[in-house]
Amino acid sequence: MIELTYSRAADVDDAVRRAADGQGRYLGGGTNLVDLMRETVETPSALVDVTGLSREIAPTAGGGLMIGAAARNTAVAEHEAVRSGYPMLARAIVAGASAQIRNMATVGGNLLQRTRCTYFYDTDGSRCNKREPGSGCDAIEGFNRSHAILGASPACVATHPSDMCVALAALDAVVHLRSASGERTIDLCDLHTLPEDRPDIETVLKAGDLITAVELPAPHAAERSTYRKVRDRASYAFALVSVAAAIELDGGTVVGARLALGGVAPKPWRARRAEEALRGQPATESTFLKAADAELADARPLAGNAFKVELARRTLAAVLQQLTEGDRP
Amino acid sequence: MIINGREAPVPTDARVSLLDFLREHLELYGTKKGCNQGACGACTVLVDGERVLSCLALAVQYEGREVTTIEGLATDGALHPLQQAFIDHDGFQCGYCTPGQICSAVGMVQELRRGVPSYVTEDLATAAGFDHDELRERMSGNLCRCGAYNGIVDAITDVYAEQGT
Repeated sequence: MIELTYSRAADVDDAVRRAADGQGRYLGGGTNLVDLMRETVETPSALVDVTGLSREIAPTAGGGLMIGAAARNTAVAEHEAVRSGYPMLARAIVAGASAQIRNMATVGGNLLQRTRCTYFYDTDGSRCNKREPGSGCDAIEGFNRSHAILGASPACVATHPSDMCVALAALDAVVHLRSASGERTIDLCDLHTLPEDRPDIETVLKAGDLITAVELPAPHAAERSTYRKVRDRASYAFALVSVAAAIELDGGTVVGARLALGGVAPKPWRARRAEEALRGQPATESTFLKAADAELADARPLAGNAFKVELARRTLAAVLQQLTEGDRP
Repeated sequence: MIINGREAPVPTDARVSLLDFLREHLELYGTKKGCNQGACGACTVLVDGERVLSCLALAVQYEGREVTTIEGLATDGALHPLQQAFIDHDGFQCGYCTPGQICSAVGMVQELRRGVPSYVTEDLATAAGFDHDELRERMSGNLCRCGAYNGIVDAITDVYAEQGT
């Protein structure tokens, strides 16, 4: 780790001021950034600790929920309003990392965590366009079992590692930002960018932008929802495929669905093609599989991860089967 | 920072992890360095009663907080009930992961009592019970290369199960 300065932000204004010179990095629980600094993947010269900023979880006027960016993952998952109104979010959070890490990690930090692609971490031995733009990608021809099948590019095939963000994508969450020029909001689905030829750029945020809160719209009372994660071991592993799904039925017909996939793309992957394919159709396994096929039509598997296409297809259909149990025609 | 009831000034170098601070500065060697990258749980300590990974924590971030390590669990030379139970149930072989396992279990029980759900909790509306699957899922952040998991589960169950958590 290189030498650095550390300061604690007293409030949002103070945080933005401290990071205004572009040298400062905001520090949350440190569960990702500290590790990246130790591996010298990240080399900030100044850390601005924002864990003292709002961690409040409070209802909004519109019936939704505002979650302060410094709220710990555990606090969100255990919150009564999250468990009752947004069960897929509670389940996604407890599917991620370990309890110790969830006790440390903040909501803001979770959004900005970086890929766990091993080539990205291997500063000594591997080429990585995300770590060093233009140097090449050793994952494309390498060990790429865990890599992306959707949204990747010839420059980068890394996946976004978050579980929480997959649920937030399906829930139409809105991210609240603050910078020296003021406040603004952005849909979570628009926060992360696809790699194209610049995989080092992962979000639309500019230097100094601070995530202050994540807002959830009011729960859809008629929806049933959940989160399912498929991984190499039963717990404490990153997703090979995960599915956040909410579905609303009228009789045996799908009124609407909100779906997102994790573990398969460089960003939390909102599955709008699958949603479109479900609308107005009978809630049957054949409909669910067709919807999955529609979403995965553009999948471009690598040598090591072709299994993910079928795994994603079956997992999506299985989750929809589970949610519609007893109400299918 | 208060460590096991004793005050200690946080390090001036912001790069020092809480783990290195405990081991190298304060000579509290009970907390173990396994992977040093948040993958094994050997460095688990309690901060204000909550379990965290000291390897991923910068010590400066914890100024003013209360840290409990394995050395702080015994009282007046008597082992913590969980320490005794790990001995009674063969909850370890080499013992390297044990301080982390025990600190983690102490924090885990508090989470369970508070009603924090886990990935295997079926009904999010009610607090999970103290059963085998819940316990294994909630302790999954602590790896044991000797594979003493059955003994670990037995030890934790022995101390906490009859209290109905």
